[in-house]
Amino acid sequence: MTTLDISTPGPASATGDAVLSFEGLDVTFKTEFGDVHAVKGIDLEVRPGEVVALVGESGSGKSVTSMTALGLLPRNARINGTVRVGDKTVNALDGKALRDMRGNDVAMVFQEPMTALNPVLTIGDQLTEGLQLHGIAFGKQATARAAELLAMVGIPEPERRLKQYPHELSGGQRQRVVIAMAIACDPKVIIADEPTTALDVTVQAEILDLLRSLKDKLNTGILLITHNMGVVADMADRVAVMLKGDLVETGTADQVLNHPRHEYTKRLLAAVPHLGAGPGQFGDVAAVTAAPEDLPALDLRNLVIEYRRVGKPTFRACDDITLSVAQGEIVGLVGESGSGKSTIAKCALGLIPAASGSVSLLGNDFRKMRGKELKAMRRRIGVVFQDPASSLNPRLPIGDVIAEPLVVHKEGDDKSRRRRVLELLDAVELPRSVYNRYPHELSGGQRQRVSIARALTLDPELLVADEPTSALDVSVQANVLKMFTALQERYKFACLFVSHDLAVIDLLAHRVVVLQNGRIVEQGPREEVLHHPREEYTQRLIAAAPVPEPLEQRRRREARHALLAQLGDDVTELHVEDDYERPQPRQDEGGNASGLGGFMTDAGN
Amino acid sequence: MSDIRNSNPDGEDYEPQIGPASTDAVGLAAGGSAAPLPGEDKSYSQGQLVARRFFRHRGAITSMIVLGVIIVVAFTSIGIGPIPGWWPKDYTLQYDKIGDGAPTWEYPFGQDTGGKDYFSLVMRGTQFSLIIAFAVGIISTVVGTLIGALAGFYRGWIEAILMRITDVFIIIPLLAVAAVLGRMAGDSGIWGLALVLGLVTWTSLARLVRGEVLSLRERDFVLAAQAVGTGAWRIITKHVLPSAVGVIIVSATLSISSAILLETSLSYLGFGVQPPDTSLGTLISEYQAAFTTRPWLFWWPGIMILTIALCVNFIGDGLRDAFDPRQNRTKD
Repeated sequence: MTTLDISTPGPASATGDAVLSFEGLDVTFKTEFGDVHAVKGIDLEVRPGEVVALVGESGSGKSVTSMTALGLLPRNARINGTVRVGDKTVNALDGKALRDMRGNDVAMVFQEPMTALNPVLTIGDQLTEGLQLHGIAFGKQATARAAELLAMVGIPEPERRLKQYPHELSGGQRQRVVIAMAIACDPKVIIADEPTTALDVTVQAEILDLLRSLKDKLNTGILLITHNMGVVADMADRVAVMLKGDLVETGTADQVLNHPRHEYTKRLLAAVPHLGAGPGQFGDVAAVTAAPEDLPALDLRNLVIEYRRVGKPTFRACDDITLSVAQGEIVGLVGESGSGKSTIAKCALGLIPAASGSVSLLGNDFRKMRGKELKAMRRRIGVVFQDPASSLNPRLPIGDVIAEPLVVHKEGDDKSRRRRVLELLDAVELPRSVYNRYPHELSGGQRQRVSIARALTLDPELLVADEPTSALDVSVQANVLKMFTALQERYKFACLFVSHDLAVIDLLAHRVVVLQNGRIVEQGPREEVLHHPREEYTQRLIAAAPVPEPLEQRRRREARHALLAQLGDDVTELHVEDDYERPQPRQDEGGNASGLGGFMTDAGN
Repeated sequence: MSDIRNSNPDGEDYEPQIGPASTDAVGLAAGGSAAPLPGEDKSYSQGQLVARRFFRHRGAITSMIVLGVIIVVAFTSIGIGPIPGWWPKDYTLQYDKIGDGAPTWEYPFGQDTGGKDYFSLVMRGTQFSLIIAFAVGIISTVVGTLIGALAGFYRGWIEAILMRITDVFIIIPLLAVAAVLGRMAGDSGIWGLALVLGLVTWTSLARLVRGEVLSLRERDFVLAAQAVGTGAWRIITKHVLPSAVGVIIVSATLSISSAILLETSLSYLGFGVQPPDTSLGTLISEYQAAFTTRPWLFWWPGIMILTIALCVNFIGDGLRDAFDPRQNRTKD
């Protein structure tokens, strides 16, 4: 474990020659503003039954690298070097050979299953399409094989599911369907591009379990592209770290995650918030100083929020929510997608009305206010949204963006506004020169700093932050969190911090509220909820969050499996029957003719 | 390095206030504030990007020049109103005919049946057509944008009413409405006609803007503005419409070219500009019988209409490409 020898080959499970290899891969894109050198000569290989994680921040070229393996880069890309899948050299193949290779030799699992699946085709149509195109099975045979595939990835009632459309399945089931499509033609290697980024953490754990059993049972190589170090620790045999188109470090998961050699890897790992480490990872949060008799900054009592829908019964997004945020306190609102956490945040901002219950800010009931009073109240709340790219008006320069709240509330003159903006730019550690720049000229982290600065323009007593760091890269997230804690210490605002990332909540929040399906499951001080959870749902949630340390993650994974067994749930895995036959494409019939025939018989059925 | 970066806004009277954590918080260089700004040596505002792409569109630039020349010549040659132009002949006077009135050096566009100078007539017609086209373009754009933005932003019953009004305008045959109203407005001259045409052609833009606003109003920056307490009017004018400006400008140019054609067809049918005034459509309708015997009487106004409409369409095309970078057609 303490060895630092990088040249050690992968674990024993990886045998045979590489199924996917990049040799001196170099990709340049021709754009309007000159050439962009996206990948700068990298060497990497994936062996059967091995998971190689390609790690890097956005723009490091990891997705571009993986797309070259499928020959799917846009036309303005210039590719040098060799990409080999099995015994085929991808850059030497013509259109037809490429199409034959895709699916048969190499398959892809995409990030967002909702967009990767065609919404107007049934699951069955999409699964059988690949089988028929590659001449593996036709008509009823293909349908039977599709059902078999769905059963393999653990989808109950596969025959019924074949007739359903993607929107009828949950996010996790959709991703299982995408995986079933990927293994349909039994490829040698699967490229998984951020396969769990769009999923909730409990679902992520299931999908990772599935992928792990897939490589064990089918001996498929997996190139896993991710930015999540926890996922790397959970899955990878070997890790390759990419920075600006270069591979800066490769090695086994243990070598890279526990004994990083390159500066960048060290920085990257240091930037990952560690669940269980508590506050202080990126600066200290000020202790709550408000006396109990002080009015709470935000007080929600028996709040019910409903969405009225045309032609359907009203949807109750939040039910009986009671929570309060004391002055100067950070309350973390945690939950999976659809749990109603963003809805609560919007209601606290007065953007959507409450169906019943009360929302009060510093003792004033939001629901009783109108017009001027409401506007005056709004200046005491700041807001930071998730996606900095869409929360800043693209047509306004940064200076105007930050000064906008002052203009709206008619505060000060041009000079004093400018002074306030410069003061805030200093506070969020941005150079003053961004004053005249436009949002699209800044990086994601810089944009999020701008939106935090805007939220603080009017010195709010309450800040509502809706997933403020989840669209950012880890190192950028670390910077923003550091700055956030420093600002909180300085301005002492209360904060409702919405996040799905338990580790971020763990290092920021004083108190934590856990939501599920619009109801509060558990709430209390951070240590109690996150370190000694009482409720089953909280336990599952915490058990499913991966940590960036392979050995600890293995322990956590086993503990999670034990917890699932104790709760009476199955651990997700690939179900391979003993008589499972590996599909063989019918080479003798010739691709085109058989493909067409397949369509005809299918249409005839 | 760009000049923007150096031109700090003047904050002389402001002392920098360094936050407690500002020194050690910049530990991670990647993406942090210490890192240089992206694209430092070439930074463009959105407007500059659009202009850059537009000026690369050869068709649009050529059309701009041609249209510019036509406008300048049309207005300076015979003058407008009381201001005299450089062309010596008057479009109302009849001169002695040279031969059958075919183009000569004296009369470059020829002479009409009564001996009038056809060049000054065509220029007069072009003036009217251009005035109507641009007036219609502006009126329909303002009305369409306003109605579309209000409907898209407020939704609910305001949207229902405005869009049903739009539907009513769409289902009535444009030419029939324009003909009737144009006749009635004919007494008030070309401005009346332009107003009427503008008030019946805003519908497609209203729908486009509404669609655009519907998607923009869901963006987080609009939500952020609302959370600050920004009023609806300010949100519409400052946050929503500037982002829809691409759609609006493109649609405005295209409505200008269709207004030229609409005016032409109205005048051809006899409902548009009334004699003794003239427009390109009136000229064509007046001399259509002369097409075989004296073709220049038909071709000159015809070519004018074609050129103006083509130019405006090309400019609209160039603008659309410039505003929508996704249609990345690199031409070099």
